[in-house]
Amino acid sequence: MAERVLMKGNEAIAEAAIRAGCRHYFGYPITPQTEIAAYMAKKMPKIGGVFLQAESEIASINMVYGAAATGCRVMTSSSSPGISLKAEGLSYIAGSDVPALVVNVQRGGPGLGGIQPSQSDYFQATKGGGHGDYRMIVLAPASVQEMASLTIKGFNLADKYRMTSMILADGTIGQMMEPISFEDAEIETYEKPWALTGTEGKRAHNIVNSLYLQPDALEKTNFERYERYKLIEENEPMWEEYMMDDAEVCVVAFGIASRVAKNAVVAARAEGIKVGLIRPITLWPFPTKALRAAADKVKQFISVELNMGQMIEDVRLATECKRPVSLCNRTGGMIPSPEQVLESIRQAQKGV
Amino acid sequence: MAIVFEKPKALTDTVLHYCPGCPHGIIHRLVAEAIDELGIEGKTIGVAPVGCAVMAYDYFACDMIEAAHGRAPAVATGIKRCRPDNVVFTYQGDGDLASIGMAETVHAAARNENITVIFVNNAIYGMTGGQMAPTSLPGQVTQTSPYGRDVNHCGWPIKVCEMLSTLEGPEYITRVAVNNVKNVNSAKKAIKKAFQNQIEGKGFSLVEVVSACPTNWGMTPQKALEWVQSDMLPYYPIGVYKDRTAAKEAEGK
Amino acid sequence: MAKVTFRTDLCKGCGLCVSACPKGILAIDAEQINKKGYSPAVMTDQEQCIGCAFCATMCPDCIITVEK
Repeated sequence: MAERVLMKGNEAIAEAAIRAGCRHYFGYPITPQTEIAAYMAKKMPKIGGVFLQAESEIASINMVYGAAATGCRVMTSSSSPGISLKAEGLSYIAGSDVPALVVNVQRGGPGLGGIQPSQSDYFQATKGGGHGDYRMIVLAPASVQEMASLTIKGFNLADKYRMTSMILADGTIGQMMEPISFEDAEIETYEKPWALTGTEGKRAHNIVNSLYLQPDALEKTNFERYERYKLIEENEPMWEEYMMDDAEVCVVAFGIASRVAKNAVVAARAEGIKVGLIRPITLWPFPTKALRAAADKVKQFISVELNMGQMIEDVRLATECKRPVSLCNRTGGMIPSPEQVLESIRQAQKGV
Repeated sequence: MAIVFEKPKALTDTVLHYCPGCPHGIIHRLVAEAIDELGIEGKTIGVAPVGCAVMAYDYFACDMIEAAHGRAPAVATGIKRCRPDNVVFTYQGDGDLASIGMAETVHAAARNENITVIFVNNAIYGMTGGQMAPTSLPGQVTQTSPYGRDVNHCGWPIKVCEMLSTLEGPEYITRVAVNNVKNVNSAKKAIKKAFQNQIEGKGFSLVEVVSACPTNWGMTPQKALEWVQSDMLPYYPIGVYKDRTAAKEAEGK
Repeated sequence: MAKVTFRTDLCKGCGLCVSACPKGILAIDAEQINKKGYSPAVMTDQEQCIGCAFCATMCPDCIITVEK
């Protein structure tokens, strides 16, 4: 039996990052993710690492960019309005092909919004946020255990594909306490011959850069980057299926919404409704194949989200609109109750 | 006969893209000479800005990174905190350092971040075609101040060295110019000292180099250097604005 | 006796070396056009050169080598 410790979601991210070999954290305070910074501030100096509170989110992501360019495992964390400020750096990191881990413990928006949990940065995380053609690997934990394990996975994937991994969490999981284990963590290491380490007079200079004044050269790098993205779409989608074997209704939900949805699925099953759940764990790459396969079996989809309906667009794309997709949502920091989701399932069942 | 002057090794053979007579080339060379003389090319990492010097990453032979506009001191901080034994410098213009990147500049200085900042002040945005800069002089005509900089409308130029030297943090803040041979030679000494300070772990060193932009000032290169002397330097006086080590030594005496 | 050589093909003809030369022995040669399309700086009287390297100090394009 693996040793288990009781941790808060935000702290689990910080501890997992340290275990993944991250020794550099640059951040700026914002609710509801401050425990990550506090944990790093306490731990890093004791293990030879660096915690630095930057003057802004903009500065912190650019510190991450510089640190990542040296080949170090590096991270920052923030919450929705702060991620908007980091968008510039995220685009440069993507355009320069350096690996980094960015955590977004989401809160309600737009604008200053609120400080209660939300999933309204789905578009920002999966469709861009910064300028230009680029992607980020987006991992959506639904438990404190996953806050830890996906952080480690995120570092591995970032290094493997030389890009940003984003942990797209929310205020609820960030604050939640659950027992977790680090024993299954696999730390992968990758060669980084592109890193800025000083030439030592032994090689030509390395240049980390996203500027290409010749359009054909820029097009070529974008094509190459998207070849890499294609590999990720093939190899890296992660999802969980729950009671899908005989399901006629499929609930799709990620993060905290999936936990509410799971309770509703159990309750609906008790009423004899054949319903199951698909929980995307990677939001990009989206588990398109799983949804596409489900569309051949189920008659109706319900997308449960803490926003005005963002992932629902990807559900429709993945299922090629073969089946109706309805939305069950709350927004602004509100969380749907299991009863609200159960009622949506009942309504969907009537349509079946 | 022995060679008494040639291109420093820390510059690559890439032809500089700068306009004829642009002192960026002189300042690049001074940085490269400092790197050569200190023997640090193999462990130096440079940060290029956004602006005319954006392609500096092709010109310096050391490892280089291109930063977003104004963010070079933050990028340099990230690099230096990961690799404290490397020598890290930024090369930035006035729009980059004193406008969009002012927060990054001030806070890197306040932290006494152990980096070297080369700040080229030519009182104009060159790369975008000659707009008003945070350092454009009162009355200076630019594309976006076509009737001359009106300080009642858009405020006064920022004196970076004077401002930064009020901070406790930084080690060395100095202003030099490259408008004549004597000043170029002084500029070289200051730049070398700014690198030497970093090697000795003394902290944040910034060299403001008062430069020229013949193209966007609408002057011949020679006339532009004369304008530096007649108009720029009275507003931006050459001098050492802060030198913590020298000040301590003076106290000790 | 000193010697100044120019990498003439890289000269942009800015003339900063010409005005820096204390002996007044450098000039822009309007008769010549180099590969970059500029009229380059040339030495007019090598014998007079004192090898002070003022020209090279002011050259923004690092095209001047000075020997002494």
